[in-house]
Amino acid sequence: MKQKHLFIFSAIFLLVAFAAGEFYYLSHRSNAAAEAYRRDRTTFVRDYSPSHGSSTAKVEIVEFFDPACDTCKEFYPMVKKLMADHPGKIRLYARYAPFHNGSEPVVKMLAAAHKQGKFWETLEAVFAAQSSWAPQHRPQASLVWNYIGNVGLDLKRLEQDMNTPEMDKIVQQDLGDAHKLGVKATPEFFVNGRPLPTWGWEQLKSLVEDELAAAN
Amino acid sequence: MPINSTQTAQPSNWALLFACWLIASVSTLGSLFFSEVMGYAPCILCWYQRIFMYPLVILLPIGMFPFDRNVVRYTAPLSAIGTLIAVFQLLLVAGYIPESIKPCTQGIPCSEVNIQWFGFVTIPLLSALSFLFITVLLILTHVRSSK
Repeated sequence: MKQKHLFIFSAIFLLVAFAAGEFYYLSHRSNAAAEAYRRDRTTFVRDYSPSHGSSTAKVEIVEFFDPACDTCKEFYPMVKKLMADHPGKIRLYARYAPFHNGSEPVVKMLAAAHKQGKFWETLEAVFAAQSSWAPQHRPQASLVWNYIGNVGLDLKRLEQDMNTPEMDKIVQQDLGDAHKLGVKATPEFFVNGRPLPTWGWEQLKSLVEDELAAAN
Repeated sequence: MPINSTQTAQPSNWALLFACWLIASVSTLGSLFFSEVMGYAPCILCWYQRIFMYPLVILLPIGMFPFDRNVVRYTAPLSAIGTLIAVFQLLLVAGYIPESIKPCTQGIPCSEVNIQWFGFVTIPLLSALSFLFITVLLILTHVRSSK
């Protein structure tokens, strides 16, 4: 009987130690990331990164996304609504993580559209038609042209811009930063530098709400 | 009527199995912590070692309640093979085994070192020590309980 108690006690102790270790590790990582972000946010946000929302917002969301990723597309309106629910308090930065084979030209298109000040409009058109140009996660960049005609872009200039070495540099920089920050899947979010404890919409929402509360 | 093997149960023999179970459980949870919490993707050799470590967490208690010395026969082969794989990986990390026969060229290289505590403690070393301790303790259990 004593042996049974010892065994059960040990099993529970090990599981509790695991959970406590996880909690400690995640909160330590989160605080370290927030601290790094406060000190220097260059890895999180680059000068060329498109952003949306008030420049005085206290809560900054950095999102690494892939235009061919369907979950990124699903998250987009949800993040937009979250921002609308807290007007002027949240700013969103977009970072490219073309993890799908064939996404890279689409990312370059978006980056070139940003030069014309139409990044978000183009992104919405690209997401809206995602199932048409990237069926079964197989992006075909040449098809994207059929769906961005109504955005109001100078398409000729877009084609020139997207093929410049500058766009290669942007893609490489973003992929490099994604690697440095441990981004392995999209969409990945950082809220004032803090990564999601575990991936999920609810986790993102509560992280944003915590940061909003901390800013007040 | 207790079965034959339970008659040779000594508290110290039970304690040896319990120690094996503790090592196996800590190793199991530890490996899950590295992959699921810290986010290190396990390389293929790590998966093979997991295959031989995780069942011990279940098999050993079956032989502890009630004490059955035959459990050594079922668990020692697992820990012995696990030891061999772990030692193989240690040699790989140390560079004693040349690149050409490295079994994992795609995905995560098994020679990659994610963690190095005190300058020499790596995940493969922890694995090898765990398997080795478990194997030695199981052999000791077998020798003592067959007297």
